[in-house]
Amino acid sequence: MSADSDTHLDSNAGGVPALAERDVVRIPRGVRLREDKARGGWVLLAPERVFQLDPIAQQVLTRVDGERDVAAIVDDLAQAFAAPRDRILADVRAMLADLITKNVLEVA
Amino acid sequence: MNSQPEARQSPSMQPPPIGMLAELTHRCPLQCPYCSNPVELTRKREELDTETWQRVFAEAAELGVLQVHLSGGEPALRQDLETLVASCAEHGLYSNLITAGVNISRARLEALADAGLDHVQLSVQGATAKVNDHIANLPGAFDKKLAFAAEVTDVGLPLTLNSVIHRANLHQIPDLVELALALGARRLEIAHAQYYGWALQNRGALMPPREQVMEALELVEAARERLKGKLVIDAVVPDYYARLPKPCMNGWGRQSLNVSPLGKVLPCHAAETIPGLEFWNVRDHALGEIWQESPAFNAYRGTAWMPDACQSCDRREIDWGGCRCQALMLTGDATQMDPVCELSPYHDEIQTLAIVDSRRDDEFTYRRFSRQPA
Repeated sequence: MSADSDTHLDSNAGGVPALAERDVVRIPRGVRLREDKARGGWVLLAPERVFQLDPIAQQVLTRVDGERDVAAIVDDLAQAFAAPRDRILADVRAMLADLITKNVLEVA
Repeated sequence: MNSQPEARQSPSMQPPPIGMLAELTHRCPLQCPYCSNPVELTRKREELDTETWQRVFAEAAELGVLQVHLSGGEPALRQDLETLVASCAEHGLYSNLITAGVNISRARLEALADAGLDHVQLSVQGATAKVNDHIANLPGAFDKKLAFAAEVTDVGLPLTLNSVIHRANLHQIPDLVELALALGARRLEIAHAQYYGWALQNRGALMPPREQVMEALELVEAARERLKGKLVIDAVVPDYYARLPKPCMNGWGRQSLNVSPLGKVLPCHAAETIPGLEFWNVRDHALGEIWQESPAFNAYRGTAWMPDACQSCDRREIDWGGCRCQALMLTGDATQMDPVCELSPYHDEIQTLAIVDSRRDDEFTYRRFSRQPA
Protein backbone atom coordinates (compact mmCIF):
# COMPACT_ATOMS: atom_id res chain seq x y z
CA MET A 1 0.00 0.00 0.00
CA SER A 2 2.91 2.35 0.46
CA ALA A 3 4.08 4.47 -2.44
CA ASP A 4 7.24 3.06 -3.91
CA SER A 5 9.77 5.50 -5.14
CA ASP A 6 11.99 4.88 -8.11
CA THR A 7 14.72 7.47 -7.94
CA HIS A 8 16.59 6.29 -10.99
CA LEU A 9 15.45 5.49 -14.46
CA ASP A 10 17.21 2.47 -15.92
CA SER A 11 18.69 2.94 -19.35
CA ASN A 12 18.13 -0.72 -20.14
CA ALA A 13 14.81 -1.08 -21.91
CA GLY A 14 14.52 -4.85 -21.53
CA GLY A 15 12.24 -6.63 -23.97
CA VAL A 16 10.68 -3.57 -25.60
CA PRO A 17 11.56 -2.98 -29.25
CA ALA A 18 13.51 0.20 -29.96
CA LEU A 19 11.40 3.25 -30.70
CA ALA A 20 11.41 4.66 -34.21
CA GLU A 21 11.95 8.37 -34.69
CA ARG A 22 8.49 8.68 -36.19
CA ASP A 23 6.79 7.12 -33.17
CA VAL A 24 4.63 9.39 -31.06
CA VAL A 25 4.73 8.72 -27.34
CA ARG A 26 2.15 9.88 -24.81
CA ILE A 27 1.46 9.83 -21.10
CA PRO A 28 -1.52 7.49 -20.61
CA ARG A 29 -4.53 8.19 -18.43
CA GLY A 30 -3.70 7.28 -14.86
CA VAL A 31 -0.21 8.73 -15.08
CA ARG A 32 0.46 12.36 -14.29
CA LEU A 33 3.47 14.61 -14.69
CA ARG A 34 3.65 17.40 -12.16
CA GLU A 35 5.94 19.63 -10.20
CA ASP A 36 6.78 18.48 -6.69
CA LYS A 37 7.05 21.75 -4.82
CA ALA A 38 7.58 20.20 -1.40
CA ARG A 39 10.72 18.31 -2.46
CA GLY A 40 11.72 20.28 -5.54
CA GLY A 41 11.86 18.97 -9.10
CA TRP A 42 9.24 17.08 -11.07
CA VAL A 43 7.57 13.69 -10.61
CA LEU A 44 5.69 11.19 -12.70
CA LEU A 45 2.79 9.81 -10.68
CA ALA A 46 1.54 6.33 -11.57
CA PRO A 47 -0.48 3.68 -9.72
CA GLU A 48 1.34 3.03 -6.42
CA ARG A 49 4.49 4.59 -7.86
CA VAL A 50 6.25 7.90 -7.79
CA PHE A 51 9.11 8.44 -10.22
CA GLN A 52 11.33 11.33 -9.19
CA LEU A 53 12.69 12.78 -12.38
CA ASP A 54 16.21 14.04 -12.76
CA PRO A 55 16.55 17.32 -14.73
CA ILE A 56 17.19 15.45 -18.00
CA ALA A 57 14.14 13.20 -17.65
CA GLN A 58 12.10 16.29 -16.78
CA GLN A 59 13.27 18.05 -19.97
CA VAL A 60 12.33 15.03 -22.06
CA LEU A 61 8.96 14.32 -20.46
CA THR A 62 7.72 17.90 -20.47
CA ARG A 63 8.08 17.64 -24.27
CA VAL A 64 6.00 14.44 -24.47
CA ASP A 65 2.63 15.86 -25.50
CA GLY A 66 1.16 13.00 -27.53
CA GLU A 67 1.62 15.01 -30.74
CA ARG A 68 5.33 15.51 -31.38
CA ASP A 69 7.19 12.43 -32.56
CA VAL A 70 10.47 11.23 -31.08
CA ALA A 71 12.45 13.00 -33.82
CA ALA A 72 10.83 16.36 -33.03
CA ILE A 73 11.51 15.97 -29.31
CA VAL A 74 15.14 15.10 -30.03
CA ASP A 75 15.54 18.05 -32.44
CA ASP A 76 14.16 20.38 -29.84
CA LEU A 77 16.48 19.05 -27.12
CA ALA A 78 19.51 19.14 -29.41
CA GLN A 79 18.81 22.77 -30.11
CA ALA A 80 17.98 23.74 -26.53
CA PHE A 81 21.11 22.14 -25.11
CA ALA A 82 23.46 22.55 -28.09
CA ALA A 83 24.35 18.85 -27.85
CA PRO A 84 25.08 16.21 -30.53
CA ARG A 85 21.78 14.89 -31.92
CA ASP A 86 22.93 11.25 -32.12
CA ARG A 87 23.72 11.06 -28.46
CA ILE A 88 20.46 12.71 -27.45
CA LEU A 89 18.52 10.35 -29.71
CA ALA A 90 20.11 7.31 -28.07
CA ASP A 91 19.45 8.62 -24.55
CA VAL A 92 15.87 9.67 -25.27
CA ARG A 93 15.04 6.37 -26.95
CA ALA A 94 16.41 4.38 -24.02
CA MET A 95 14.59 6.51 -21.46
CA LEU A 96 11.24 6.40 -23.24
CA ALA A 97 11.49 2.67 -23.90
CA ASP A 98 12.21 2.06 -20.24
CA LEU A 99 9.15 4.05 -19.19
CA ILE A 100 7.03 2.17 -21.74
CA THR A 101 8.23 -1.11 -20.18
CA LYS A 102 7.11 0.22 -16.81
CA ASN A 103 3.67 1.03 -18.27
CA VAL A 104 3.91 4.75 -17.53
CA LEU A 105 4.24 5.83 -21.19
CA GLU A 106 2.64 4.44 -24.31
CA VAL A 107 3.08 4.69 -28.05
CA ALA A 108 0.18 6.72 -29.41
CA MET B 1 13.14 8.98 -1.00
CA ASN B 2 16.54 10.63 -1.18
CA SER B 3 19.37 8.18 -1.25
CA GLN B 4 21.48 10.30 1.10
CA PRO B 5 21.06 9.59 4.78
CA GLU B 6 19.06 12.36 6.35
CA ALA B 7 19.72 14.05 9.63
CA ARG B 8 16.99 13.35 12.16
CA GLN B 9 18.03 15.28 15.24
CA SER B 10 14.99 17.50 15.34
CA PRO B 11 11.37 16.51 14.80
CA SER B 12 10.95 19.72 12.80
CA MET B 13 13.28 18.38 10.10
CA GLN B 14 11.12 15.48 8.89
CA PRO B 15 10.92 15.25 5.10
CA PRO B 16 7.30 15.30 3.96
CA PRO B 17 5.25 12.15 3.30
CA ILE B 18 4.57 10.98 -0.28
CA GLY B 19 1.46 8.88 0.20
CA MET B 20 -1.62 8.98 2.39
CA LEU B 21 -4.03 6.13 3.02
CA ALA B 22 -7.46 7.62 3.69
CA GLU B 23 -9.59 4.98 5.39
CA LEU B 24 -12.95 6.59 4.76
CA THR B 25 -15.04 3.95 6.48
CA HIS B 26 -14.83 0.51 8.04
CA ARG B 27 -18.20 -0.48 6.58
CA CYS B 28 -17.89 -3.14 3.87
CA PRO B 29 -20.23 -5.56 2.07
CA LEU B 30 -17.46 -8.19 2.13
CA GLN B 31 -16.30 -10.14 5.18
CA CYS B 32 -12.81 -11.24 4.14
CA PRO B 33 -11.00 -13.07 6.94
CA TYR B 34 -7.64 -11.53 5.92
CA CYS B 35 -8.82 -7.93 6.36
CA SER B 36 -6.16 -5.58 7.71
CA ASN B 37 -8.71 -3.44 9.54
CA PRO B 38 -8.65 -3.60 13.32
CA VAL B 39 -10.85 -6.21 14.96
CA GLU B 40 -12.73 -3.40 16.72
CA LEU B 41 -14.32 -1.60 13.76
CA THR B 42 -15.42 2.05 13.71
CA ARG B 43 -19.15 2.66 13.18
CA LYS B 44 -20.75 5.04 10.68
CA ARG B 45 -21.81 7.65 13.23
CA GLU B 46 -18.19 8.02 14.39
CA GLU B 47 -16.74 8.63 10.90
CA LEU B 48 -15.15 11.93 9.88
CA ASP B 49 -17.54 14.20 7.97
CA THR B 50 -17.08 15.54 4.42
CA GLU B 51 -15.75 18.95 5.46
CA THR B 52 -13.08 17.45 7.69
CA TRP B 53 -11.86 15.12 4.94
CA GLN B 54 -11.74 18.08 2.52
CA ARG B 55 -9.59 19.99 4.99
CA VAL B 56 -7.35 16.93 5.46
CA PHE B 57 -6.80 16.66 1.67
CA ALA B 58 -5.92 20.36 1.46
CA GLU B 59 -3.47 19.97 4.34
CA ALA B 60 -2.01 16.80 2.82
CA ALA B 61 -1.28 18.55 -0.49
CA GLU B 62 0.25 21.49 1.37
CA LEU B 63 2.43 19.09 3.37
CA GLY B 64 3.79 17.42 0.22
CA VAL B 65 1.62 14.31 -0.16
CA LEU B 66 1.43 13.31 -3.85
CA GLN B 67 -0.88 10.30 -3.80
CA VAL B 68 -4.02 9.53 -1.83
CA HIS B 69 -5.38 6.01 -1.54
CA LEU B 70 -9.11 6.13 -0.85
CA SER B 71 -9.76 2.98 1.07
CA GLY B 72 -11.81 1.40 3.84
CA GLY B 73 -13.70 -0.84 4.38
CA GLU B 74 -15.48 -0.09 1.14
CA PRO B 75 -14.99 3.62 0.33
CA ALA B 76 -17.97 3.63 -2.06
CA LEU B 77 -20.27 3.22 0.95
CA ARG B 78 -19.54 6.90 1.62
CA GLN B 79 -22.25 8.91 -0.12
CA ASP B 80 -19.77 11.80 -0.49
CA LEU B 81 -17.09 9.83 -2.36
CA GLU B 82 -17.43 11.95 -5.54
CA THR B 83 -16.98 15.12 -3.47
CA LEU B 84 -13.89 13.67 -1.81
CA VAL B 85 -12.38 12.63 -5.16
CA ALA B 86 -13.04 16.13 -6.49
CA SER B 87 -11.31 17.54 -3.44
CA CYS B 88 -8.21 15.44 -4.16
CA ALA B 89 -8.20 16.60 -7.78
CA GLU B 90 -8.63 20.23 -6.74
CA HIS B 91 -5.45 19.99 -4.68
CA GLY B 92 -3.45 18.13 -7.34
CA LEU B 93 -3.44 14.86 -5.39
CA TYR B 94 -3.30 11.62 -7.39
CA SER B 95 -6.39 9.68 -6.30
CA ASN B 96 -6.51 5.91 -6.17
CA LEU B 97 -9.82 4.22 -5.35
CA ILE B 98 -9.34 0.90 -3.54
CA THR B 99 -12.62 -0.92 -3.90
CA ALA B 100 -14.30 -4.32 -3.72
CA GLY B 101 -16.28 -3.31 -6.84
CA VAL B 102 -19.64 -4.78 -5.82
CA ASN B 103 -21.67 -1.61 -5.22
CA ILE B 104 -20.61 1.02 -7.78
CA SER B 105 -23.07 1.60 -10.62
CA ARG B 106 -22.01 2.67 -14.09
CA ALA B 107 -23.43 6.15 -13.46
CA ARG B 108 -21.51 6.50 -10.23
CA LEU B 109 -18.28 5.29 -11.80
CA GLU B 110 -18.66 7.92 -14.51
CA ALA B 111 -19.32 10.56 -11.86
CA LEU B 112 -16.14 9.51 -10.06
CA ALA B 113 -14.16 9.67 -13.30
CA ASP B 114 -15.61 13.12 -14.03
CA ALA B 115 -14.64 14.23 -10.52
CA GLY B 116 -11.01 13.50 -11.46
CA LEU B 117 -10.37 9.97 -10.19
CA ASP B 118 -6.95 8.82 -11.45
CA HIS B 119 -6.94 5.07 -10.89
CA VAL B 120 -9.02 2.13 -9.68
CA GLN B 121 -7.67 -0.78 -7.67
CA LEU B 122 -10.14 -3.63 -7.59
CA SER B 123 -9.82 -6.49 -5.13
CA VAL B 124 -10.56 -10.06 -6.08
CA GLN B 125 -10.54 -12.78 -3.45
CA GLY B 126 -9.92 -15.52 -5.99
CA ALA B 127 -9.90 -16.25 -9.72
CA THR B 128 -13.21 -18.14 -9.75
CA ALA B 129 -16.67 -17.36 -8.36
CA LYS B 130 -16.52 -20.32 -6.00
CA VAL B 131 -13.26 -19.33 -4.31
CA ASN B 132 -13.90 -15.58 -4.46
CA ASP B 133 -17.39 -15.68 -2.98
CA HIS B 134 -16.43 -18.12 -0.25
CA ILE B 135 -13.56 -15.92 0.95
CA ALA B 136 -15.59 -12.70 0.67
CA ASN B 137 -18.58 -14.49 2.22
CA LEU B 138 -20.81 -12.78 -0.35
CA PRO B 139 -22.60 -14.87 -3.00
CA GLY B 140 -22.57 -13.19 -6.42
CA ALA B 141 -19.61 -10.93 -5.57
CA PHE B 142 -17.32 -12.34 -8.26
CA ASP B 143 -19.75 -11.71 -11.13
CA LYS B 144 -20.28 -8.15 -9.92
CA LYS B 145 -16.51 -7.60 -9.81
CA LEU B 146 -16.06 -8.82 -13.38
CA ALA B 147 -18.82 -6.51 -14.60
CA PHE B 148 -17.32 -3.60 -12.67
CA ALA B 149 -13.82 -4.24 -14.09
CA ALA B 150 -15.22 -4.15 -17.62
CA GLU B 151 -16.89 -0.82 -16.87
CA VAL B 152 -13.70 0.65 -15.40
CA THR B 153 -11.73 -0.04 -18.58
CA ASP B 154 -14.69 0.99 -20.74
CA VAL B 155 -14.84 4.37 -18.98
CA GLY B 156 -11.11 4.64 -19.71
CA LEU B 157 -9.77 4.49 -16.17
CA PRO B 158 -6.61 2.48 -15.54
CA LEU B 159 -7.24 -0.69 -13.56
CA THR B 160 -5.14 -2.59 -11.07
CA LEU B 161 -6.27 -5.98 -9.86
CA ASN B 162 -5.29 -6.82 -6.30
CA SER B 163 -5.51 -10.21 -4.71
CA VAL B 164 -4.53 -11.07 -1.17
CA ILE B 165 -2.97 -14.52 -1.24
CA HIS B 166 -3.24 -17.22 1.41
CA ARG B 167 -3.83 -20.96 1.77
CA ALA B 168 -7.33 -20.89 0.26
CA ASN B 169 -6.34 -19.23 -3.06
CA LEU B 170 -2.60 -19.72 -3.45
CA HIS B 171 -3.20 -22.36 -6.11
CA GLN B 172 -4.93 -19.78 -8.31
CA ILE B 173 -1.97 -17.49 -9.03
CA PRO B 174 -1.68 -18.45 -12.73
CA ASP B 175 -5.46 -17.94 -13.06
CA LEU B 176 -5.19 -14.53 -11.43
CA VAL B 177 -2.56 -13.50 -13.98
CA GLU B 178 -4.85 -14.66 -16.80
CA LEU B 179 -7.80 -12.88 -15.20
CA ALA B 180 -5.85 -9.60 -14.97
CA LEU B 181 -4.97 -9.85 -18.66
CA ALA B 182 -8.51 -10.75 -19.67
CA LEU B 183 -9.94 -7.82 -17.71
CA GLY B 184 -7.51 -5.36 -19.31
CA ALA B 185 -5.74 -4.51 -16.06
CA ARG B 186 -2.43 -2.72 -16.47
CA ARG B 187 -1.20 -3.84 -13.10
CA LEU B 188 -1.63 -6.86 -10.81
CA GLU B 189 -0.80 -6.99 -7.13
CA ILE B 190 -0.16 -10.42 -5.71
CA ALA B 191 -0.14 -9.59 -2.03
CA HIS B 192 0.52 -12.40 0.39
CA ALA B 193 -1.57 -11.89 3.52
CA GLN B 194 0.12 -9.91 6.25
CA TYR B 195 -0.91 -11.10 9.65
CA TYR B 196 -2.46 -8.14 11.46
CA GLY B 197 -6.02 -7.40 12.53
CA TRP B 198 -8.46 -10.00 11.22
CA ALA B 199 -5.73 -11.86 9.36
CA LEU B 200 -3.91 -12.46 12.63
CA GLN B 201 -7.09 -13.92 14.13
CA ASN B 202 -7.35 -16.18 11.08
CA ARG B 203 -3.72 -17.19 10.78
CA GLY B 204 -4.55 -20.84 11.39
CA ALA B 205 -6.94 -20.77 8.42
CA LEU B 206 -4.77 -18.67 6.10
CA MET B 207 -1.11 -19.54 6.53
CA PRO B 208 0.11 -21.52 3.51
CA PRO B 209 2.75 -24.26 3.68
CA ARG B 210 6.31 -23.15 3.02
CA GLU B 211 6.84 -25.20 -0.17
CA GLN B 212 3.73 -23.77 -1.77
CA VAL B 213 4.81 -20.23 -0.91
CA MET B 214 8.20 -20.75 -2.56
CA GLU B 215 6.56 -22.23 -5.63
CA ALA B 216 4.15 -19.28 -5.82
CA LEU B 217 7.02 -16.80 -5.65
CA GLU B 218 8.68 -18.49 -8.64
CA LEU B 219 5.43 -18.46 -10.61
CA VAL B 220 4.99 -14.76 -10.03
CA GLU B 221 8.58 -14.03 -10.98
CA ALA B 222 8.25 -15.96 -14.24
CA ALA B 223 4.97 -14.24 -15.12
CA ARG B 224 6.47 -10.83 -14.39
CA GLU B 225 9.36 -11.49 -16.76
CA ARG B 226 7.10 -12.92 -19.46
CA LEU B 227 4.62 -10.03 -19.34
CA LYS B 228 7.08 -7.16 -19.12
CA GLY B 229 5.64 -4.11 -20.88
CA LYS B 230 2.16 -5.66 -20.89
CA LEU B 231 1.25 -6.14 -17.26
CA VAL B 232 3.11 -4.77 -14.25
CA ILE B 233 3.12 -7.39 -11.48
CA ASP B 234 3.93 -6.31 -7.97
CA ALA B 235 4.34 -8.86 -5.22
CA VAL B 236 4.01 -8.41 -1.49
CA VAL B 237 6.01 -11.27 -0.04
CA PRO B 238 4.91 -13.53 2.82
CA ASP B 239 7.36 -12.56 5.51
CA TYR B 240 6.93 -15.32 8.09
CA TYR B 241 9.06 -17.62 5.96
CA ALA B 242 11.63 -14.96 5.02
CA ARG B 243 15.21 -14.45 6.23
CA LEU B 244 15.11 -10.68 6.17
CA PRO B 245 12.33 -8.43 7.45
CA LYS B 246 10.22 -6.31 5.12
CA PRO B 247 11.02 -2.58 5.13
CA CYS B 248 7.64 -1.94 6.70
CA MET B 249 6.11 1.31 5.33
CA ASN B 250 9.63 2.03 3.99
CA GLY B 251 10.41 3.21 7.50
CA TRP B 252 8.16 4.42 10.29
CA GLY B 253 6.93 7.97 9.71
CA ARG B 254 9.17 8.31 6.69
CA GLN B 255 7.03 8.27 3.51
CA SER B 256 3.41 7.55 4.39
CA LEU B 257 0.64 8.22 6.80
CA ASN B 258 -2.74 6.69 7.40
CA VAL B 259 -5.90 8.49 8.50
CA SER B 260 -8.46 6.20 10.17
CA PRO B 261 -12.25 6.61 9.79
CA LEU B 262 -12.23 8.22 13.24
CA GLY B 263 -9.60 10.75 12.19
CA LYS B 264 -6.65 9.28 14.03
CA VAL B 265 -3.40 9.67 12.10
CA LEU B 266 -1.32 6.49 12.19
CA PRO B 267 2.15 5.62 10.88
CA CYS B 268 0.63 2.35 9.59
CA HIS B 269 -2.81 0.74 9.72
CA ALA B 270 -1.88 -1.61 12.56
CA ALA B 271 -0.05 0.94 14.73
CA GLU B 272 -2.90 1.14 17.22
CA THR B 273 -2.07 -2.38 18.36
CA ILE B 274 1.04 -0.96 20.04
CA PRO B 275 0.10 0.07 23.57
CA GLY B 276 1.30 3.40 24.95
CA LEU B 277 1.57 5.24 21.63
CA GLU B 278 -0.17 8.61 21.54
CA PHE B 279 -1.99 9.20 18.23
CA TRP B 280 -3.24 12.64 17.33
CA ASN B 281 -6.53 13.24 15.55
CA VAL B 282 -7.20 15.50 12.55
CA ARG B 283 -10.16 16.88 14.51
CA ASP B 284 -7.69 18.46 16.95
CA HIS B 285 -4.52 19.09 14.93
CA ALA B 286 -3.40 20.08 11.44
CA LEU B 287 -1.97 17.19 9.44
CA GLY B 288 1.48 18.79 9.10
CA GLU B 289 1.69 19.28 12.84
CA ILE B 290 0.77 15.64 13.40
CA TRP B 291 3.39 14.43 10.91
CA GLN B 292 6.11 16.53 12.50
CA GLU B 293 5.26 16.54 16.18
CA SER B 294 2.95 13.73 17.23
CA PRO B 295 4.48 11.28 19.71
CA ALA B 296 3.38 8.20 17.71
CA PHE B 297 5.19 9.35 14.55
CA ASN B 298 8.36 10.18 16.42
CA ALA B 299 8.39 6.96 18.46
CA TYR B 300 10.20 4.79 15.88
CA ARG B 301 11.46 7.29 13.33
CA GLY B 302 14.97 6.95 11.96
CA THR B 303 17.37 4.56 13.66
CA ALA B 304 17.92 5.93 17.19
CA TRP B 305 15.20 3.73 18.75
CA MET B 306 16.71 0.52 17.32
CA PRO B 307 18.35 -2.21 19.41
CA ASP B 308 22.15 -2.34 19.14
CA ALA B 309 22.14 -5.25 16.71
CA CYS B 310 20.00 -3.22 14.27
CA GLN B 311 21.92 0.02 14.76
CA SER B 312 25.17 -1.66 13.80
CA CYS B 313 23.60 -3.51 10.84
CA ASP B 314 24.37 -2.47 7.25
CA ARG B 315 20.71 -2.86 6.38
CA ARG B 316 19.39 -0.47 9.06
CA GLU B 317 18.32 2.07 6.43
CA ILE B 318 17.15 -0.60 3.99
CA ASP B 319 14.89 -2.68 6.27
CA TRP B 320 14.34 0.10 8.83
CA GLY B 321 14.21 -2.60 11.50
CA GLY B 322 11.22 -4.31 9.87
CA CYS B 323 7.76 -4.08 11.40
CA ARG B 324 7.12 -2.68 14.91
CA CYS B 325 3.66 -4.22 15.19
CA GLN B 326 5.02 -7.64 14.32
CA ALA B 327 7.86 -7.27 16.83
CA LEU B 328 5.28 -6.52 19.49
CA MET B 329 2.92 -9.35 18.55
CA LEU B 330 5.58 -12.01 18.50
CA THR B 331 8.04 -10.87 21.17
CA GLY B 332 5.88 -8.68 23.42
CA ASP B 333 8.16 -5.69 22.80
CA ALA B 334 7.72 -3.20 19.93
CA THR B 335 11.36 -2.06 20.13
CA GLN B 336 12.72 -5.55 19.42
CA MET B 337 14.05 -6.34 15.98
CA ASP B 338 11.40 -7.78 13.69
CA PRO B 339 11.42 -11.54 14.52
CA VAL B 340 11.42 -12.31 10.80
CA CYS B 341 15.09 -11.27 10.72
CA GLU B 342 17.37 -14.28 10.87
CA LEU B 343 19.47 -12.46 13.49
CA SER B 344 16.50 -12.26 15.86
CA PRO B 345 16.51 -14.70 18.79
CA TYR B 346 12.83 -15.27 17.93
CA HIS B 347 13.48 -16.14 14.26
CA ASP B 348 13.17 -19.93 14.66
CA GLU B 349 10.07 -19.50 16.76
CA ILE B 350 8.20 -17.57 14.09
CA GLN B 351 9.13 -20.05 11.39
CA THR B 352 7.89 -22.90 13.54
CA LEU B 353 4.72 -21.00 14.28
CA ALA B 354 4.06 -20.53 10.56
CA ILE B 355 4.63 -24.22 9.86
CA VAL B 356 2.31 -25.24 12.69
CA ASP B 357 -0.41 -22.82 11.56
CA SER B 358 -0.10 -24.00 7.96
CA ARG B 359 -1.07 -27.52 9.10
CA ARG B 360 -4.14 -26.46 11.05
CA ASP B 361 -7.61 -26.86 9.70
CA ASP B 362 -9.32 -23.76 11.13
CA GLU B 363 -12.55 -22.32 9.76
CA PHE B 364 -12.60 -18.66 8.73
CA THR B 365 -13.65 -16.12 11.33
CA TYR B 366 -15.33 -13.64 8.99
CA ARG B 367 -14.78 -9.92 9.45
CA ARG B 368 -17.84 -8.44 11.13
CA PHE B 369 -18.87 -5.63 13.40
CA SER B 370 -19.13 -6.75 16.99
CA ARG B 371 -22.60 -6.67 18.52
CA GLN B 372 -23.89 -3.16 19.23
CA PRO B 373 -23.28 -2.23 22.85
CA ALA B 374 -26.58 -1.87 24.72
